[in-house]
Amino acid sequence: MAGFVRTAPEPTLPPPAASTGFVAALRQRLFSGPLASVFTVLGVVFLAWAIPPLARFLVIDAVWTAPDGAACRAPGAGACWAYIWRKAGYFTYGSYPVDQRWRVDIVFIVGAFLIAWLLIRRAPWRGIAAGLFFIAYPVMTVLLLRGSTVFGLAVVPTDMWGGVLVTLIMALSGIVFSLPFGVALALGRRSALPIVRFFSIGFIEIMRGVPMITVLFMANLMLPLFVPESWAPDRLLRPLIGVALFASAYMAEVVRGGLQAIPKGQFEGAMALGLTYPQRMRLIILPQALAIVIPGIVNSFIALFKDTTLVAIVGIFDFLRAVDTARLDPEWAGPTITATGYVFAALFYFVFCFGMSRYSLAVERELAKARNR
Amino acid sequence: MSVTTASAAPKPKIWNDPFWRGLIVQGALLVVVLFLFAGAVINARNNMQARGIPTDFAFWDRPASFDINQTLIPYSATSPNSQVFWVGLLNTLLVAGLGIVLSTVIGFAVGAARLSTSWLVAKLAAIYVEGIRNVPLLLQIIFWYNVVLGNLPHPRQAAPFLDIAFLSNRGLFVPAPVFGPGSNAIWIALAIGIVGAVLFRIWAAKRQRETGQQAPVGLITTAFVLGLPLVAYLAAGRPIGVDYPHLKGFNFTGGQRLTPEFVALLLALTLYTAAFIAEIVRSGILAVPKGQSEAAAALGLRATPTRKLVIMPQAMRVIIPPLINQYLNLTKNSTLAVAIGYPDLFNVFSGTVLNNTGAAVQIVFMTMAVYLVVSLITSAVMNAYNARMSLRER
Repeated sequence: MAGFVRTAPEPTLPPPAASTGFVAALRQRLFSGPLASVFTVLGVVFLAWAIPPLARFLVIDAVWTAPDGAACRAPGAGACWAYIWRKAGYFTYGSYPVDQRWRVDIVFIVGAFLIAWLLIRRAPWRGIAAGLFFIAYPVMTVLLLRGSTVFGLAVVPTDMWGGVLVTLIMALSGIVFSLPFGVALALGRRSALPIVRFFSIGFIEIMRGVPMITVLFMANLMLPLFVPESWAPDRLLRPLIGVALFASAYMAEVVRGGLQAIPKGQFEGAMALGLTYPQRMRLIILPQALAIVIPGIVNSFIALFKDTTLVAIVGIFDFLRAVDTARLDPEWAGPTITATGYVFAALFYFVFCFGMSRYSLAVERELAKARNR
Repeated sequence: MSVTTASAAPKPKIWNDPFWRGLIVQGALLVVVLFLFAGAVINARNNMQARGIPTDFAFWDRPASFDINQTLIPYSATSPNSQVFWVGLLNTLLVAGLGIVLSTVIGFAVGAARLSTSWLVAKLAAIYVEGIRNVPLLLQIIFWYNVVLGNLPHPRQAAPFLDIAFLSNRGLFVPAPVFGPGSNAIWIALAIGIVGAVLFRIWAAKRQRETGQQAPVGLITTAFVLGLPLVAYLAAGRPIGVDYPHLKGFNFTGGQRLTPEFVALLLALTLYTAAFIAEIVRSGILAVPKGQSEAAAALGLRATPTRKLVIMPQAMRVIIPPLINQYLNLTKNSTLAVAIGYPDLFNVFSGTVLNNTGAAVQIVFMTMAVYLVVSLITSAVMNAYNARMSLRER
């Protein structure tokens, strides 16, 4: 009998019915084993327990518009979003005079524009943006917010500033100050000069070893004692200094990570070219080191942004304090007001922090692409 | 001035010589720092004298004259301020210690859940981590305190857990153990059990190295640690009783009362830190190369021994340093107790005692020193551990 030789390929069989389609996907993703199945069922039970009351409180039973707290005090009423809407001005500007709030708006808009310019990695002239953001913008902010009779702007003392304005001032000045100072500390820590190294390490380790609130207390209570009485810093400036110094120490450690990742050949190559120390750092080392640690820098910005809430404890009227004070307003006070305010505050912080962390992830991915090409 | 010979290098200008330049820069820095420091000290002394602020430690032995609602050691309003310091320190250590244990348990569970094959569980864990990490801890603390614990019912309508623990606006009441006479035998048995378990482990490891034979280590150490005290408990005639809380009049009596401040702070610290620990655990497990689990499978190891003997030992090397860092963060974050009035070290000492005595400089520096010492000791231990555990590459 002649041997069998296949001349044409056998037609491909369809995949087994159990491995395609919706049921298979469900099985693979949710019920791949007995343990996974148990966990999935538990997860479903949890969702069934948690979602309905949350949805009822936040959306279904929520009060969206109301002239005062009466509708929110009604039994069974959910979150009082009307209250947030009514208090939005207070949450944003604190007690800043209503007819002067356009000044704050300008600061917000210019800041948002500059930050967007800096963050979009393909935008042109980002060096100019950095210069504007780190030097011109702080000067403009102080002049505009504080006011000055020279420019015909009414002076608004800092104890009238509040809300999101103060939170953003704290966070942005922390960023503006901590980045250059952190770089300087990181370079000092790796310096060949023992005294410079000693002071840098001492500052970094002390700041990182103590709770932030003690630094704020020190800035608030003791800074006025350490300077001659006539120099006593402004009430808002004191915690600002505390926040900035604290953030610098953490920034220094992030930057140090970047410096350590630069191969020794880069330092030696720069030296062989005859560059001086400032030239080596500015032109060769720091551009590479800072690019590596962009995700780390953004992460410490996130931590800084969350930490600004601590200034509320030393009596600064930031966003969280505004939310926490507004809930006691007798016109609105009610059983749901506290929860509504906190949920709104949580959303506010979440949007900023989550946005920053997504940005840092995107940068990380781009850097990985550039490295692995 | 003579012409230098070709063999001797020309002497550089003093500001071009690295040695002299370094000396000048450092000298200048030292002078500036000393100047600032001396200025601060002189100003502080003048300002403090002008305002009548004490500059000595006389406040340390004066009576505190205020009450603290949670003390682990004897304390009354007539106790000296030094006693406030110790009460606060113990309260800080209590909340930090419990927080560390609980957040480790939750963090490892959530970190493992993020890697679960069940898509739903992995997503739920991710939502937990992202939701908690991106909201300030202070907001979470006042949320738990003012919203969750602030809306609790009166003791009469308290929320019961299995009728042994009760949650009301007076706090959480839990059963408390009562140690009768003879309970010392149990502690001794426990100590013997732990020593025995450690010795057995060492012996079993040695035998496995030499002969390859394995012993049921887990079973026998459990028997040592739990079994011996149980035997002692029964032999001593069950000396440990349980005091259950029960409603009497308008409040609960019996059991152990945990104040709302303590519960809120512990909850917030634990859940917040657990989210960070979960991320550390997840990245630690993902850092173990895939080839490790594939090789373990090729050797015929099943899932559980692979996890226990191959994955986790390698993952722990990545996990432990940042984990300890989180423990330190938790301890430092416990100072936020001041926002809700839990009597931790910072709140009662840097808060109340400082306000009462006005000795700002001494008290703030003492408080900072406590946290600094804890941090420095921990990082010294960590460095030693890292040196021991790091891979020795040949």
